[in-house]
Amino acid sequence: MATHHDHDYNTTGEIPKPQTKAIWRTFIILVGLTAVEFLFAFTMDAGTLRNAIFIILTIFKAFYIVGEFMHLKHETKALIWSVLIPMALVAWLMVALIAEGSYYFESVTNYFK
Amino acid sequence: MSTSTTLEAPNTGTWDGGNEPMKASYGKLMMWFFLLSDAFTFGAFLIVYGLSRHKHLPYTGEPEAFTFSTEWWPIPEKVFNAFPGLHGVDLPLAFVALMTMILILSSVTMVLAVEAGHRMDKNDVQKWLLWTILFGATFLGCQAWEWTHFITGDDTGMLLADGTRVFGANLTLNQYGPPLFADLFFFITGFHGTHVLSGVVLLIMIFINTVNGVYHKRGHYEMVEKVGLYWHFVDLVWVFVFTFFYLI
Repeated sequence: MATHHDHDYNTTGEIPKPQTKAIWRTFIILVGLTAVEFLFAFTMDAGTLRNAIFIILTIFKAFYIVGEFMHLKHETKALIWSVLIPMALVAWLMVALIAEGSYYFESVTNYFK
Repeated sequence: MSTSTTLEAPNTGTWDGGNEPMKASYGKLMMWFFLLSDAFTFGAFLIVYGLSRHKHLPYTGEPEAFTFSTEWWPIPEKVFNAFPGLHGVDLPLAFVALMTMILILSSVTMVLAVEAGHRMDKNDVQKWLLWTILFGATFLGCQAWEWTHFITGDDTGMLLADGTRVFGANLTLNQYGPPLFADLFFFITGFHGTHVLSGVVLLIMIFINTVNGVYHKRGHYEMVEKVGLYWHFVDLVWVFVFTFFYLI
């Protein structure tokens, strides 16, 4: 019986060779982008410009993870958009509320002195 | 005694699951939309973090002269600068960098398992799933250490106005700055850690199924792909947590 099982697994024919070039390329890109982030974290003074660089690099990393690892780049256009449009709205909400946070801080510190 | 596997005839009718909207199977679509809803939750956490941070005073002086105070939001380099086994050494963000690397590596081994599944290569699927489980568990261990350090605090602590010193952080008092900073640290990294934990549990389940040949008999390794989507999402969330919590 046990041999029968082993036989089952081996009757699938030739197993094709792995196609992992794109995977390792994506890995190298992700590690590289993280290294660049650290370079900026230690060589550049904190400020809006540095934060903008961090956010742009993060978006690049997200693109490679979602596009290559999660395979979204190769799905149909309808699926791509039905994931991306809600996420774009969340990103907008984030920008809007952070702006509100600054405003809220201003009001609390300046108007109620 | 012979073991026979009976495969059910595939459902091909339009209302029987034979119709695949957007050319993705039911299971994969549901995983995508679950992840989308999960992204909203994490988005909400990060939005609250941004809002809270912007209603606190940022530290504008020289980074070298920085001391922990409830007056301003802490600089992450000064909070996360410890490394296991290297007590008292100032290594800003080094441990977090290591954790990020471990998670990216686990994502790579996961996608390699999915790729092996496409080729019906049972041994390769097993091998890469095992690596992914290992990296996932290592990440959880790292996070446990980081939390312990965050809760117990460093040697200096923070000097309060009444002359006492506080060490470490809990939900109401924290040596690194405003209590909200610690609260958000616990919520955001904790919620991410919960996802990693459930991801590891799912990985162990599909690893056992792979070893037992469940997917091989089924004729496809799509379950590995679905759990893979979940696992990559955990990595994706970490990329954002890393940027917004540790870098900015």
